Amino acid sequence: MIDQKTQDELREIAARYPEARSGLLPMLHLVQSVEGRITPEGIELCADILGISAADVSGVATFYTMYKRRPVGDYHVGVCTNTLCAVMGGDAIFERLKDHLAVGNDETTEDGRISLEHVECNAACDYAPVVMVNWEFMDNQTPESAVQVVDDLRAGKEVHSTRGPRICTWREAERVLAGFPDGRADDGPAAGPASLVGLGIARERGWTAPDAHLAVTSGQEEGQ
Amino acid sequence: MTTLTPVLTDNWGDERAWTLAAYEARGGYQALDKAFAMAPDAVIESVKESGLRGRGGAGFPTGMKWGFIPQDNPKPKYLVVNADESEPGTCKDIPLMMASPHTLVEGVIISSYAIRANKAFIYIRGEVLHVIRRVQRAVEEAYAAGHLGTDIHGSGFDLDVVVHAGAGAYICGEETALLEGLEGRRGQPRLRPPFPAVAGLYASPTVINNVESIASVPSIIANGHHWFSSMGTEKSKGFGIFSLSGHVQTPGQYEAPLGITLRELIELAGGIREGHELKFWTPGGSSTPLLTAEHLDVPLDFEGVGAAGSMLGTRALQIFDDTTCVVRATLRWTEFYKHESCGKCTPCREGTWWLVQVLSALEKGQGSEADLDLLLDQCDNILGRSFCALADGAVSPITSSIKYFRDEYIAHLTGGGCPFDPSRTTAWAGQEVTA
Amino acid sequence: MTTTPEKATDLVSLTIDGIQVSVPKDTLVIRAAEQVGVQIPRFCDHPLLAPVGACRQCLVDVPDAGNGRGFPKPQASCTLPVAEGMVVNTQATSPVADKAQQGIMEFLLINHPLDCPVCDKGGECPLQNQAMTNGRGDSRFSAGGGVKRTFPKPISISPQVLLDRERCIVCQRCTRFAAEIPGDPFIALVERGAQQQIGIAEDAPFLSYFSGNVIQICPVGALTSAEYRFRSRPFDLVSTPGVGEHDSCGAAIRIDHRRGKVMRRLSGEDPEVNEEWITDKDRFAFHYATQADRLTYPQVRDRVEDGGDGSLRPASWPEAFAVAARGLAAAGGVGVLTGGRLTAEDAYAYSKFARVSLGTNDIDFRSRPLSAEEASFLAAEVALRSPGNGGVSYADLETASSVVLAGLEPEDEAGTIFLRLRKAVRARGTRVVAVAPYATRGLSKLSAQVVRTAPGAEAAAIAGLDGVDAGSVILVGERLATVPGALSAAAALARRTGARLAWVPRRAGDRGAVEAGCLPNLLPGGRPVADAQARVDAGTTWGVDHLPDAAGRDADEIVAALVSGELGGLVIGGVDPDDTADPAATRAAIEAASFVVALELRETDVTRAADVVFPVAPVVDKAGTFVTWEGRPRPFEAVFASPGSLPDVRVLAGIAEELDRPLGFRTILEARAEMQEMGPWDGERAGHTAVDAVPAGGDGFALATWKLLVDNGSMQHGDKAYLATGRVAVARLSPAAYDAHGPIVTLTGDRGSVTLPAEPADLDDDVVWVPANSFGNGVLAGLASPGSRVTIAKGDPA
Repeated sequence: MIDQKTQDELREIAARYPEARSGLLPMLHLVQSVEGRITPEGIELCADILGISAADVSGVATFYTMYKRRPVGDYHVGVCTNTLCAVMGGDAIFERLKDHLAVGNDETTEDGRISLEHVECNAACDYAPVVMVNWEFMDNQTPESAVQVVDDLRAGKEVHSTRGPRICTWREAERVLAGFPDGRADDGPAAGPASLVGLGIARERGWTAPDAHLAVTSGQEEGQ
Repeated sequence: MTTLTPVLTDNWGDERAWTLAAYEARGGYQALDKAFAMAPDAVIESVKESGLRGRGGAGFPTGMKWGFIPQDNPKPKYLVVNADESEPGTCKDIPLMMASPHTLVEGVIISSYAIRANKAFIYIRGEVLHVIRRVQRAVEEAYAAGHLGTDIHGSGFDLDVVVHAGAGAYICGEETALLEGLEGRRGQPRLRPPFPAVAGLYASPTVINNVESIASVPSIIANGHHWFSSMGTEKSKGFGIFSLSGHVQTPGQYEAPLGITLRELIELAGGIREGHELKFWTPGGSSTPLLTAEHLDVPLDFEGVGAAGSMLGTRALQIFDDTTCVVRATLRWTEFYKHESCGKCTPCREGTWWLVQVLSALEKGQGSEADLDLLLDQCDNILGRSFCALADGAVSPITSSIKYFRDEYIAHLTGGGCPFDPSRTTAWAGQEVTA
Repeated sequence: MTTTPEKATDLVSLTIDGIQVSVPKDTLVIRAAEQVGVQIPRFCDHPLLAPVGACRQCLVDVPDAGNGRGFPKPQASCTLPVAEGMVVNTQATSPVADKAQQGIMEFLLINHPLDCPVCDKGGECPLQNQAMTNGRGDSRFSAGGGVKRTFPKPISISPQVLLDRERCIVCQRCTRFAAEIPGDPFIALVERGAQQQIGIAEDAPFLSYFSGNVIQICPVGALTSAEYRFRSRPFDLVSTPGVGEHDSCGAAIRIDHRRGKVMRRLSGEDPEVNEEWITDKDRFAFHYATQADRLTYPQVRDRVEDGGDGSLRPASWPEAFAVAARGLAAAGGVGVLTGGRLTAEDAYAYSKFARVSLGTNDIDFRSRPLSAEEASFLAAEVALRSPGNGGVSYADLETASSVVLAGLEPEDEAGTIFLRLRKAVRARGTRVVAVAPYATRGLSKLSAQVVRTAPGAEAAAIAGLDGVDAGSVILVGERLATVPGALSAAAALARRTGARLAWVPRRAGDRGAVEAGCLPNLLPGGRPVADAQARVDAGTTWGVDHLPDAAGRDADEIVAALVSGELGGLVIGGVDPDDTADPAATRAAIEAASFVVALELRETDVTRAADVVFPVAPVVDKAGTFVTWEGRPRPFEAVFASPGSLPDVRVLAGIAEELDRPLGFRTILEARAEMQEMGPWDGERAGHTAVDAVPAGGDGFALATWKLLVDNGSMQHGDKAYLATGRVAVARLSPAAYDAHGPIVTLTGDRGSVTLPAEPADLDDDVVWVPANSFGNGVLAGLASPGSRVTIAKGDPA
């Protein structure tokens, strides 16, 4: 039974948009944050609030890969096995974690702590191979470091993203995705090391973009 | 020697760069006042003059896109930022939003002002939690500081921004599929026409721009379009973030004028991995046909890469050295396209299903050389036949890899399997690994 | 297909395969090609659905888009509008287009099972046909060891519709139909990519009144009907066109039969009426004619007073004719009650039989609640109107400035009207205004503005409508008959505003019965009984000197007169007592009648009580005509030649001849010829005697009711899968009343009680709605008459 508070929050999401249906993606994130997956009840509730058919909501919920129909563990571990990460070691990491956790792709450990999935490119190729834990970056992983991460998570130890905050639970993460911030935006650095390499070289060599004033002058000359 | 030109990346190393305080400390939100002092059309004109072309891959002139918005249409206008960065190899918008979300927010305000939109949406892929936190926070801060909301900076201009998290669909990087996702539907591309500029979000005039495009706008307004167009090449103006990944010594983000070459970038990145050579690379993500070492001096601008038989795309330079099996790489990308095919049209849905089977067999050394021609014929039956460009992207790695590495495919067949050792490609290869 | 040429100024000229053609602006290339005789293969394209461009089968080469430049890639001709000067090369002339199409066909087939030999669609399958004509002889996919996508065998998306997912090519015709045409988006694309499939939400089946259409438009065998699945092969079937007999819409249907048995029914194509869609009732409800209780031979009663044992026994046709004639002649006054299943020819025979053979105007087709006001209204405002003759047509619904609905729930009572209105609303934003007790799902799908009206208050509501103008259409349902002044108010509104007015009865035969004069005040062709000239005119055609001039009794009066003994005999055909205004009274009248002749399809309470029973032919065994609510005649031919299955016409002719007052015809064709000969009345038509509204009120709850499309009606018997798609019977109450009495309520009226689950809806606090024939013997027999007051108790007394 989805409680009144959640129902109110679902309506609140719908109200952010000029047309309520736009709220569906974040609403389904919120359903996951309270239900641990997309449930038939959640689908029906979203359909009711938006005045659309449950089939239509179902169609949306099954289209996007972040929506899960089976219960997800406390920590969703996504190993990038798209080409670049795979080549850089993602395949080996994924094999090692399957073996270590004794689960297959898109399965959850018996203790309900870890769900393992291979994921597609997560836009951190300069940190390959990349593992996502509850959609936080774990950069430059090795099979050993990845095993350490899941062991620490299972042991209840505090684990931090390599360029972000302490890893929260999957349900907490889903709540943020639904548009309810958790106040951790200021945790972690502005950028990881790979994001800064070009800037570092530029600083080191004194390279900058052209001076705006000079550019204007030369531009005007060109224009004449 | 082309030198790097940090503009968008310039503040990424600043202390707490993502905060409003840090952004304002280095002049942030001042371009806004400059824009408000101009007529909206003048802002559009300035962006047109700058020569800024879409940084999401297609390279459509940004100012021209804005100019397509029919201002006599009584419906509300919308700006939608495409922050669904998902193209394999592409990793520039995510660090930008993580390090300096206010650059994007300021760009959103100026761009919305130009097209006369009072509501803007930032559609961020859902799989980047901390980036979403940062953008949510930046929008909050901007509201609190009066950069968003009503009568911004006393200009009379109102703007609301909604940060919208996606839920896992590469196809939503396609602008009409993104609109479907933003309208709470399955992310399947829409029929065009009507184009979004005429009937986009809620069938209203809508501009959809990539994060980097919008983030470039404040600098263009602040420094003038001549400043921007003084960088880059004749038809590819300005700077862009080049993302190097894979088998280079220092992968990462390199912001440089368009037209820089891969040779120059690899040199800045410390070269290819010790003891190895460049084998193949993508200029702009996996959907852009592969290039090889013979293309090291191709100017990385829209025209140069196009002339070399590929596309500039998102400047996602994935570098693979001689340890990498091109068949394995191609198969994996093909599996990606199969996984991400939205299913709407036949050639993409069924074609990728089949391509994966043929490539899998080839990778295992099964089949015959005739299967290469079958693959190419399948690609011919997919390319340009599908509803959107996803399937065109899907065949790019296949046709280009067969073009450059046909012998390697045949070696799989004659050798009865893959001649490469996958353990040699990893980031830790050659290092002692404790079991 | 449905392209209608418009003004020459709107024409666009282009060249297709070297042939110049001019077509209306906005025509899609795929349809323009049809004009030059080129059939471009297609799957997702459907002329009545919005283009989607999904299957890509219809790719063509466009070397010139009309601006001198060509498209670099082949274009989907189903989404490409024509342009002046455009050059299109199809598979017929372009190797590029041909290869593109071959490629798509190959992709469609890689995952398609090779189960054509056992597939319902095999033999009429667009995929099979196009693969045979355009596809490759061998499969490169299979040759290479390709592994097909498989799914567990079929899933039920409703009790009636099954889905074989591996046959599906996800063209989205079904989902687009569901969303666009009836507005029932209970099927949707689910999953993604190669796993994309059609699906429903858990526990939310595809319950649409129009669900069967998706089976018909599926271009493969993915969607099948539970009833028809695996029952026959298309090439073994013979198709005969027909007309839907379940409502007054006159939908064109196609009856597919094999060796004297109807195997299935499909929608026919008629752009002016039902386009290509029919209701599930028209599609699936045909087993009623082959039920075990079907009458197959005449019966006569061995009357006790004549020394018999009082039971019915089989009789020969001649004996039955003779006994019937004898009994009627001896009965004193005879009344004639006919039901809604009659064809126009049959109705004409009854009308003439009453006047000529029995010498009475005591005839009425209205086997449901009625009023004298209605009879006057039908004579004055309805008879003789037809499209092109002052009548409203389906096409008019599309062009109307607004459409007023009163006493009519189109989704339940006139499905084809519902679809046409939805089309108008979607395409043109037509305003629909409904005088109704609450905003039903059907009305909300029409975006209707609901003028919430309690039963009995319709007259005042209609009188108070604004925004009705000369471009408006007013549709009044037969239910308004029971509301004093409502039909008069509708007629007055039409006169005042210039709006056009049409009456929409529920049953297929009703409008034909009006035209045939099965009314106490009307002779055939709209001739008023009260008009001596009209009587003479009719009598001339009939070759009789004199027609009865006394005003006839209507159905209620016939019932009363039988009970009181003023009438002794009754000829009754197609009447279910439980449909009538007072079922108990009707039963009593049949009981009281000294002599009853029944003409029926199947054994009923009426036939069991009759003195002579004649089996009559169902529509498949006879030719006939149904007249639509518009006044449009819809003739059809017999599907089967069944010599022993006689139409009402023939039976009545047999009795008349024994009465020595013959009808002068024995066959449908002869009856039709005489109807033609008599023609419409060209004299002054009867005027309408307006009736004043009566203020509604009283204690308890006013009873609102109508029949759901799928309900317990006897012509829906026999298809379990179809009946399982019916809506669950519920009582609808205002939220306040629901809170007070729900969730289970017991309603008590003057005829009985019923306990039903309740649902809140936007009704007045003192109004309750129940379906008229979805429980027990129906509302009229078991609860109360519509508009009367009932009490409500919480819960189930048992």
